[in-house]
Amino acid sequence: MAIPTSSQTIGPFFRAALERPAWSDLTREGVAGEGVRIEGTVYDGDRTPVPDALLELWQADANGSYTHADGRFRGFGRACTDHDGRFWFRTIVPGPVPGANGAVQAPHANLTIFARGLLKRLVTRIYFGDHAEENVRDPLLASIEDAAVRATLIAPRTEHAGGIPVYTFDVVLQGAGETAFLAI
Amino acid sequence: MTDGTQPPYDFPAYTSTIKRHPKRALIEAPQTLSEVTGPTFASPWYGPNATDLSRVDGREAQGQRIIVAGRVLDEDGRPVRGTLVEVWQANAAGRYHHDGDQHDAPLDPNFIGAGQAVTDDEGRWRFLTIRPGAYPWRNTYNAWRPAHIHFSVFGPSFATRMITQMYFPGDPLLETDPVFHSIPDAAARNRLISAYDPQLSEAEYALGYRWDVILRGRGATPVES
Ligand SMILES: [Fe+3]
Repeated sequence: MAIPTSSQTIGPFFRAALERPAWSDLTREGVAGEGVRIEGTVYDGDRTPVPDALLELWQADANGSYTHADGRFRGFGRACTDHDGRFWFRTIVPGPVPGANGAVQAPHANLTIFARGLLKRLVTRIYFGDHAEENVRDPLLASIEDAAVRATLIAPRTEHAGGIPVYTFDVVLQGAGETAFLAI
Repeated sequence: MTDGTQPPYDFPAYTSTIKRHPKRALIEAPQTLSEVTGPTFASPWYGPNATDLSRVDGREAQGQRIIVAGRVLDEDGRPVRGTLVEVWQANAAGRYHHDGDQHDAPLDPNFIGAGQAVTDDEGRWRFLTIRPGAYPWRNTYNAWRPAHIHFSVFGPSFATRMITQMYFPGDPLLETDPVFHSIPDAAARNRLISAYDPQLSEAEYALGYRWDVILRGRGATPVES
């Protein structure tokens, strides 16, 4: 077996190649399901916003399928943080996804984070706050004993009159409120 | 993997890691459908291939023309076909086409330094570009990054997604670069250095450098534990 190539930081100067504003909107070509926004801020260990992060989202469709039979929705998004460390995705809430040993995983979006100062990427998951019953039964969430750590993976939902619902998901790289990051 | 072939998050010699590395241990997450699936590049939704970085609108960039080529392979040596490879780099003078790059070196109107390619059935990719210059950064006093090209690669699943940097053989700046030296294992580190390849060079035109990217397998051992 060959050894996988070592990771190196994305550095600060990736935008010419990697910034694709259209990719923040996973619904840009249309999709079945309720349109929602996921938005948040990336913070460092001083709670200073991180203006040079790149985030990628990978999720199932409304049926909980990763094959994305509806070819307009690919389940993949990319966003760069702005000067204030903020990012957003427009997407739909995925359906529940099969887990190990017949278990069902609560609806979730897989998130990866690259930034200057990260020699390798971080991986986490966004769960949806209004799916409380499914979240309680989710195998990964259930494996996290510390409720405060578990809560970092659950994005609360806010309704907006005349606008689409917003799920807020901040990424805290270090320290108080540090996001639960995953080894996959 | 704790065998030293991947860098740690906490590596103070690279000062940007100090406030950006997580302090809590990563949570072991078993691989599920969420991890073993990933975006595909069968339809060209990601845009056309852009493999000639050496000119803009037919006008030649300044610097030493190079051809950089290689393959994306998995741990068993099998080609990773149809996956997106994105690259970016500084110009010949060591300056990025980026608002945040304050290095007082000339911008080149004929060099953007961004490219993309989807691997063919043998996992191959190839770019024609300009040899990037070294550039100073403020990590420590008088620190300079060795010449490098940034590579972003997807592979077959969310679990294989990775970003790295390709270096050039014989670069004296490699000896002291903390980003390069963040990889503890010397052999793994040295695999980030491309090889000069006379077969890839084109006479009277461009020097060739060869470099392969190896991705972990679809259901491989986690990179970090
Ligand atoms: Fe760089």
